[in-house]
Amino acid sequence: MKSLSEIETTVKRASKAAGYSWGVSEETGKSIRLLELFGLPGIKHLNEYFNEKNKINFENLNLISENNLSSNNPYCPIALGISFLDQINILENFNKIEFRNIAYPIIFISFISRSSEIIGKKIYVKIDGKKILLNLNVNISSNFIDQEFPKIADQVEVNLLENKDNFTDHEWNNLYKLSEDTFVEESDSLKEGAAGAGLTDND
Amino acid sequence: MKVELRDPNKIMKLSRLGSFHQSKLSFLRSFLNEFKEWEYKRDLFNLNENGFGEAVYSYKKNKRVYSLVCFANEIKDEERSDRVIATKWDAAFTLHDGVPTKKDIERLKNEVPKQEVGRLSYKELTLSRANKSIRIYNHVVESLSKGKQPDLNLLSKVGYLYRTTAVYGSGKFGLADRFRIKNRKEINGPFRLEMMLVYLVRQFTFDQVNHTAYHKNPKKAVKLDDNICKNLGIGNSTGLGMAPFIVNHPTLLNNWILSREKALKEIREIKDVKSQDSDLFIDCIKKSLRNITSWNTDSKYQQKKISSLLKDVEKFINFIDKDFNFESEYPFNKIYQWLEQNTCEECIEYIVSIMMEPYNNIVNPLIKEMSSDEEKYFNIPTYRKVEELRNIIEAKYPNILDINFEEKENNKNFWFISKNKEEPRLADRFEEHGSELEQPLAIARDIKKLYDKLLVSKNSLTIAEFLISNSELRHVVRRAFIVEKFPYSEIQDNTIGKDLMPIDMLRLKLSFFGALKFDPRSDKWLRICMFQGAPLPNELKSYDEQWVYKTNI
Repeated sequence: MKSLSEIETTVKRASKAAGYSWGVSEETGKSIRLLELFGLPGIKHLNEYFNEKNKINFENLNLISENNLSSNNPYCPIALGISFLDQINILENFNKIEFRNIAYPIIFISFISRSSEIIGKKIYVKIDGKKILLNLNVNISSNFIDQEFPKIADQVEVNLLENKDNFTDHEWNNLYKLSEDTFVEESDSLKEGAAGAGLTDND
Repeated sequence: MKVELRDPNKIMKLSRLGSFHQSKLSFLRSFLNEFKEWEYKRDLFNLNENGFGEAVYSYKKNKRVYSLVCFANEIKDEERSDRVIATKWDAAFTLHDGVPTKKDIERLKNEVPKQEVGRLSYKELTLSRANKSIRIYNHVVESLSKGKQPDLNLLSKVGYLYRTTAVYGSGKFGLADRFRIKNRKEINGPFRLEMMLVYLVRQFTFDQVNHTAYHKNPKKAVKLDDNICKNLGIGNSTGLGMAPFIVNHPTLLNNWILSREKALKEIREIKDVKSQDSDLFIDCIKKSLRNITSWNTDSKYQQKKISSLLKDVEKFINFIDKDFNFESEYPFNKIYQWLEQNTCEECIEYIVSIMMEPYNNIVNPLIKEMSSDEEKYFNIPTYRKVEELRNIIEAKYPNILDINFEEKENNKNFWFISKNKEEPRLADRFEEHGSELEQPLAIARDIKKLYDKLLVSKNSLTIAEFLISNSELRHVVRRAFIVEKFPYSEIQDNTIGKDLMPIDMLRLKLSFFGALKFDPRSDKWLRICMFQGAPLPNELKSYDEQWVYKTNI
């Protein structure tokens, strides 16, 4: 088994050899390491992407807007990922960002996962109808499990989720009420003595 | 009185970093302190009469066990090489997490002796190999087998029976990644498991030499005297492989140096020094002279440094004995100021290290701050502005900005990774091929390039916008934002200039390991000694903390 450290170093060097700058290669190393840590096929897709990169002129997208459509060839997932990571503080203002035609979208996903941690918000992604939830870079959950990740995504929808509870007030209140059963009802003498401070602070 | 931390632009120069010495903060000393209460055991010692075979040593506390698995092999003299190109070694080692099963030992027997071309698993933590110092090893076996102790004069010239030629950890060759074990309290300090490996290897060398001598002449053989063992360490041959580490781990480097600087600052701020503390300090300085006079090297460069160190330490002792009063206020601050005025860099850093000896209360909390969660500082704050980045560079890299990289001598070398051994190398860019594959270790040059670009960029541009057209500078943009928070994270010197002494970079790292007797064999590799004078495993529960200044061979 390869260690994550070996994965990161080799990806960094391979990315540099594939034509990216050292700084971008460092980012790619971190991102692919993350995918492999989460059990996703980072090495496999990066390898295939680099093989195809020699034949196809993948597009770069420098400035991301709400709707992004590649003019001809699919977007490069690394350049797109770097743009997303770098611009996340602006992109945070959009509720939904759409992309058309991205090569090896799982690679792009790793950069979105890191962006999720930067803004402290979960990000929900749909790749041609399949769903992925990026949880602050702590984990990635999806219904892709046991299925091949696509080599090309026609439509990718990125939703930046507001921080809100996953449950109703009613559910919370019920649970909270139950938790109160571990508390002691305070008598007058407990009110006076148990906290260690006085009842008034008129000094 | 408040003392300022020393200026990174002075301390982070290579000549200063290359003058650092071991101290109480050093990893091998903090390792001994952490593991002194652990149960030490030799679990297996299955060597043949010539000393070849397997052995296992362990440290255990509660349910945690670390086991050193050793493989001693027979090699021909012509196969013995300290260079990384070697493929066979006298012995190979791995530190296994837990108690190795028979199956584990069989697996490791196939892999560990192959070193870089073998594969380890997440159950192994560190990997190393070592070669005998043949003249010493053979002499010791010969003497012991005749019932005599070895010639101390000969031993003092080398100081060890074996020298390691590499110690690997943190995910190399399939070893466990650091993140798997980082929450273990006992290894909350850099390189602690590497230090454990080296320490246990030292014990293996004594056991092996005793075993071999006994089988050579069972009737007459004696064991190597414990006091001699104690005064032998483990050698290490180190090449350029270590140099990129300190460039590639800026927050870690910062935390090492910052701990040292904080310790010095706090010691200088002590108003009244207790006589027992000043006595301990002076005692260590005086006893340490033996470490200087027994420091052997053929390197003219190092001989010159040792000679000025000896002269200046003697001058300092004279000053302390005749002209200095420890009862005055802030005595260590006065000493530091005197050192800066009157002694060389090598001596200043030597005495700074020894100043820490009486102060466990200052040093021990700092040891816990010497690791780094590097991932936390990796992301570039791309929402910030070009103007801010330019200000950071002007404030943090003032001397770097003065270097003219158009001049050939400032741009003479390049760092590359050798295809043959995947190891870092340094070459002349104007005479050798390959500079187009240069590694990103010319930080000073690239920071200067970044600064020049920033000068012609709009102040209001965000870093995200700046990076769109300046992707090739991304690695140094990241570093500049790191140095803003971590002042000692960057070498404030040119790592590709004509006058570069790469061994300064190695020595910096080795001093934090706790190495002694730096012996440069060229400007690119050196030999050192570790654990010389250290207590033996069975003495660890109660030992003299200042052992490092009390070697006597």
